[in-house]
Amino acid sequence: MTPMHRANLSPADIPLEKPPLEPTKAPGRRKVKDAKISVRGLNFFYDGKQALFDNTLDIAGGEVTAFIGPSGCGKSTHIRCYNRMYDLYKGQRAEGELLMDGVNIIGAGVSSLDLRHRVGMIFQKPTPFPMTVFDNVAYGLRLRGRMPKSELEGRVEEALKGAALWDEVKDSLHHQGTNLSGGQQQRLCIARAVAVEPEVILMDEPCSALDPIATGKIEELIDGFRGRFTIIIVTHNMQQAARVSDYTAFFYMGKLVEFGDTETLFTMPRNQQTEDYITGRFG
Amino acid sequence: MARPLTAVDAPETAVAEAASPAAMPAPPAAPRVRAGLMARFGDRAYRGFTATFALGILLLLGSMFLMLWRESGPALDAFGWGFLTSAGWNPVTEEFGALVAVSGTLVSTVIALLVAVPISLGIALFLAEISPRRLRTPLGVAIELLAAIPSIVYGMWGLFVLAPLMSDHVQPALQTVFGFLPLFSGPPMGIGMLTAGLVLALMIVPFIASVTRDVFLMVPTTLKESAYGLGCTTWEVVRDVMIPYGRKGIFGAVFLGLGRALGETMAVTFVIGNAHRLSSSLFAPGNSIASTLANEFTEADGDVYLAALIELGLILFAITFVIIGLAQLWMRRMAGPGKA
Amino acid sequence: MTMRDTPDTRHRRAVNRAVLVVSSLAALFGLVMLIWILSDVAIKGMAAINWDFFTQLPAPPGEAGGGLANAILGTVLLTLLAALIAVPFGVMAGTYLSEFGKDTRLGATTRYVADILVSAPSIVVGVFVYLVLVRPFGNFSGLSGSVALAIIMIPVVTRTTEEMLRLVPKEVREAALALGAPYWRMMFGVIYRAAAAGMMTGIMLAVARVSGETAPLLFTALNSPYWMESLNEPVANLTVTLFNYAMSPYDDWQAMAWGAAFVITAAILALTVISRLLLMKRKPS
Repeated sequence: MTPMHRANLSPADIPLEKPPLEPTKAPGRRKVKDAKISVRGLNFFYDGKQALFDNTLDIAGGEVTAFIGPSGCGKSTHIRCYNRMYDLYKGQRAEGELLMDGVNIIGAGVSSLDLRHRVGMIFQKPTPFPMTVFDNVAYGLRLRGRMPKSELEGRVEEALKGAALWDEVKDSLHHQGTNLSGGQQQRLCIARAVAVEPEVILMDEPCSALDPIATGKIEELIDGFRGRFTIIIVTHNMQQAARVSDYTAFFYMGKLVEFGDTETLFTMPRNQQTEDYITGRFG
Repeated sequence: MARPLTAVDAPETAVAEAASPAAMPAPPAAPRVRAGLMARFGDRAYRGFTATFALGILLLLGSMFLMLWRESGPALDAFGWGFLTSAGWNPVTEEFGALVAVSGTLVSTVIALLVAVPISLGIALFLAEISPRRLRTPLGVAIELLAAIPSIVYGMWGLFVLAPLMSDHVQPALQTVFGFLPLFSGPPMGIGMLTAGLVLALMIVPFIASVTRDVFLMVPTTLKESAYGLGCTTWEVVRDVMIPYGRKGIFGAVFLGLGRALGETMAVTFVIGNAHRLSSSLFAPGNSIASTLANEFTEADGDVYLAALIELGLILFAITFVIIGLAQLWMRRMAGPGKA
Repeated sequence: MTMRDTPDTRHRRAVNRAVLVVSSLAALFGLVMLIWILSDVAIKGMAAINWDFFTQLPAPPGEAGGGLANAILGTVLLTLLAALIAVPFGVMAGTYLSEFGKDTRLGATTRYVADILVSAPSIVVGVFVYLVLVRPFGNFSGLSGSVALAIIMIPVVTRTTEEMLRLVPKEVREAALALGAPYWRMMFGVIYRAAAAGMMTGIMLAVARVSGETAPLLFTALNSPYWMESLNEPVANLTVTLFNYAMSPYDDWQAMAWGAAFVITAAILALTVISRLLLMKRKPS
């Protein structure tokens, strides 16, 4: 699967100037081409209690990276650093470097508001806002200032089409978003996220509340986003990780145990813990 | 519980333990049919018995309306619809009209809501989103306790503490700034419509604030996070997500506060000034329906006088009934989450 | 590229900060006002309180000394009697709403009416009881005062009971019914017990609320400077005494009114706190 997806990537999609990658030291880490995000020695603390230990990896631009691991292994904590969601809570603190296009986004002086405009997030449960379908999708665009109505409508339509929801809701754009089905709600949230054209989309177990058919639709979307967005997906479902991702990172107890391209990690894991986990011996 | 548990009887045993002795199984074999009949009869009687009390609440409401209607008969006969539009109130000539009291009730309530709603929303927002985590519970409990203080205490405080402060400082200050408006004209006496509205506001603030805070706290974290995740500021999350999400509960809190303010007697009676006069100034003393009743009901000596007072009560009851009734109906019909 | 705030974002942050500051100030203002009220009541109230306050009858105006023992006793008795009337009434009506009246027309109507009655002006209840229990018998009475308070309590107790019974899980009911228990035995044996802590809290909060009510007593129990001898005569009570004393021109009486305000407030706050603790303690985590 991986080579095929690579073929969809035109060179123009990949930004050219990138910081050179350091040689890898973390166990099992493989080199990633064209890193959009470089994580170096990321530590995370809840009220002084350490939850992430020296995580170091690269996220490939325009590709899909999956984070797997048992509950409480830190994979959700890890992606919540990418949009500084932890800023909302006193007592939560990240240390280390999280370089996005060379800028340390967890450093001081970074505008978390603008960062979150560039890094979208999808949650475990669908989170439609208490407003109409149209207003949901337009919400992020409106935050960023006024634009002509026709342009707004065009971009909402484009986003809904991008989330494969347009045909289902084009006649009910002005109904409440909360009236949609669970799968539709999640695609609405995806449309809301892609409407602002982010560079990165974080997905925190986006299918765990959905049935298999709705899950299939979301996975198709993720597949189609390749080359357009850099996607990081947290999942507890290893088949899903194997189906949708180009790279996979396995976390355990706050440590990055193994990281590599998905095919290799699932077929020839180099770490015993990874093997135990993906073969279902624990988790 | 001495005998060994099996998978089948475990939950039943637990319930029987909790229920003993009343819910122990009926004696076996022979009287089973009769026991079944008895049980059915018992259940029907029980249902009927409880239904009687539910019906009792309806009868209570019905008899309140009927009684007030019947007993205001002399006033209804004497003044008809003109009662509502007449500003007269003269026990000697037996000329009575509801205009002063009704408008006093409405004006003091409007002042109270104008002051109380923004302050309450601010307090709720502070408690739910801004204050340090450690302060949230103690402050929240303090606000809830303040909502329990009886209204008469607010009224008395208004008379002895707030009214002198109003006449000495607040009203003169208002006059220097807004003196050209008729609303703030006249001698600053302390007691009057404005002070009554402010005391009412103080009384309903803790109530509206604590309910609104509960509503804010019920907004799911992921919903807030997904708004933050799009790059919202706290205020944008509150305005676009939390308030719309909890609009039903907030609306309910405001309307319950409104209901309390409309019918409140003691917080108002102390400070409204008890004058049956219409005035365009908020500094002037006035009267509300409730304060008129509190001051004059036991002293009413004529039939028409008493009937006029009862009719005032009927009007107050009808106003609250319609406003609260419509609000309840609207909340029941309204789709979406966020109940109080 | 940089990741600093754009001008537009700076503007949004400024608006945000302004709103948060205003909100904090509102909270501060509200708290200051309310602490001010409470401390006035506490300071001026405690100054008026001594042993005589709880043991003596009121002194005539202008004479120093005296207490409000009769009014304290009267308020306690009136409130207890009101609870005796309202609790069985409200619990039964609440049972109907929760167990039988979920979808019936009677259930829906009663629920709606109870919600409205919770907000009914208490002074109108006083007028109603005056017309029904005072005027026909020709005298003000403690009994009519209790009935007026009970009418205010009933809708509150009804709705709390309904909500607390609804909280008992369906499985508990089914387990009891599966044993062959008739419905009413299941209710008395299992469900009321399971909901007891919540119902108790609701009842205590309702008691706290009516014990501070004044308006419904003005035309029913009235007031009296003497000890109560029967329920068929005016009964001294704290709230109406407070009203009369505070409105009087005598300094002694006004001081007594602050004392009464302190006693009522302290008692109601204590009742509220205790009922909340009760709920917290019994509630399974």
